[in-house]
Amino acid sequence: MARQRGILLFAYALMAPALIYLFVIIIYPLFDTIRLSFTDTSLRPVSHWVGLANFRALWNPEFGDVVLRTIVWTVASVALKLAVGLYGALLLNTRVPGRSLFRVLIMPPWIVPVAVGAFAWGWMYNGQFGMISGLLQRLGLSDGPIPFLGYPKLAFWSTIVTDVWVGTPLVILYLLAALQAIPDELHEAAWVDGAGRLQRLRHVTLPLMLPAIAGMGLLSGIFTLRSFDPIWILTSGGPNDATNTMIIDTYRIAFGRFHYGEGAARTVAICLMLGVLAAFYLRLVARAERRARTA
Amino acid sequence: MTSKLRWHEVVAAYVGIALLLIFILAPFVEAAKVSLSPMSHLLSSPYQLIPPEITFAAYADMWRSVPGLGRYIANSLIISGACTLITVLLAVPCGYALARLRFRGQGTWLMTMLGLNMFSGALLLIPLYRLLRQTGLLNTYAAMILPGAAFLIPTAIWLLQPFLKSIPHELEEAAAVDGASRVVILWRIVLPLSGPGLVVVAATSFIGAYAQQFLIALTFNSRDEIMPISIGLFQFFGRNEVLWNQLMAASLLSILPVVALFAVLQRRIVGGLTAGGVKG
Repeated sequence: MARQRGILLFAYALMAPALIYLFVIIIYPLFDTIRLSFTDTSLRPVSHWVGLANFRALWNPEFGDVVLRTIVWTVASVALKLAVGLYGALLLNTRVPGRSLFRVLIMPPWIVPVAVGAFAWGWMYNGQFGMISGLLQRLGLSDGPIPFLGYPKLAFWSTIVTDVWVGTPLVILYLLAALQAIPDELHEAAWVDGAGRLQRLRHVTLPLMLPAIAGMGLLSGIFTLRSFDPIWILTSGGPNDATNTMIIDTYRIAFGRFHYGEGAARTVAICLMLGVLAAFYLRLVARAERRARTA
Repeated sequence: MTSKLRWHEVVAAYVGIALLLIFILAPFVEAAKVSLSPMSHLLSSPYQLIPPEITFAAYADMWRSVPGLGRYIANSLIISGACTLITVLLAVPCGYALARLRFRGQGTWLMTMLGLNMFSGALLLIPLYRLLRQTGLLNTYAAMILPGAAFLIPTAIWLLQPFLKSIPHELEEAAAVDGASRVVILWRIVLPLSGPGLVVVAATSFIGAYAQQFLIALTFNSRDEIMPISIGLFQFFGRNEVLWNQLMAASLLSILPVVALFAVLQRRIVGGLTAGGVKG
């Protein structure tokens, strides 16, 4: 008993500095966000309790558009990350010479700051002088310059492509690890049974990868939902609000117009959506941990 | 894969990999090309994939166009270095307790860390801004370092788990039999043996800190002398024109520290990211 208590004390003594630090900078601010969302806090020295007014103000078609846009943007981005990630993982798992070099060469978008990568994408999307518009014209696929960030629809998809670029390396890395965890015997058995490469992919590899893909999709969704840098640098939410997702909208209200209370209410809305994804993800992880412990 | 690849399958794999690498690396190749081109060539149509003329002028001119460039890069290194130090100092003891001690609530704390990682960053800017203003820390290095470190700690704790768990328990038990206290065991046995894990966590924290500076500095700092490079790059956007070649030259220079760090430690970092990473 005394030993048990000793361990417990020692454990909390070791954890205390990190826990206190995280409490001050993450946990307290999270609760403070909830409190602020019920006030009209702004740059003015005094603020008032306004009840649900900030939330009621969100109940309009305009904010509905922001939410819908955020969902479409996030789902599209995550789906593309998973597709490109799976494609990359399968390719980098084939036994071709040079694959360890290729595995390193896919990492740069993860290494460099998103902000810096987004500048390069901004240039490539440039209508008059950028690479993509220029190549399309040279190949005869377009008659004139295409300003990718100038038209609402194009800007929407351009920011998604850049976000996919940012997120792809880690998705490939994790799916590759999951791929390598599949026992070779399963493939061999299918091979002996006369299954071709594509059949094995469909009936052996993909079903076994499904839990990893689902886990990655949820995790990626959590971070994609609050993706800020690529949109802010490429379009700042424009043109004509076409890329104004919830996180961008919140930032504009809070730090462009200094309506902290309204911004906090928007943050709470984002957190509710994150909470759903997080609950599913944490359940997956907890189950995997339990399985690992009993196995 | 079981059966050996036939030649046309190898070719198909290379074509597929080439397409992937074009998508991943095109922005860097294009940035390098732009940084080596004179502005007059960049702003002329039709577009040319291979620059007709190469010059290093942008790499010399950028220091004059944006005199603070060197300081911005130094600021980025200072901020990221401090974030890394705080992260490692706080995450290691906490990670050790969660990985190697057995006590009630351990699993819950690990899950809490995972949850905190999801609800941090851009979501917390409003209350943190007010907190920093109240404490008088707004527009200081601390305003960029303290939140930055907190955003990195949960991930660092998770990344440490497999490294700390892999140290054999017998070593600790033997030391305990010899009468070593828990603190001595942690300091003399566990820490030296978790060197590779510490390196991975320090490196990924540094890379993470370098990346998240943009949003943090954008919001919490308006003083030019202490700006990090990701914001400093905006100075190449003039009122009438963007100095694209110098912007790209400075961008490539600014990513050198993290690229070098990754190049040296790539095997360990990739291994560390995947070891504890695949869940569910």
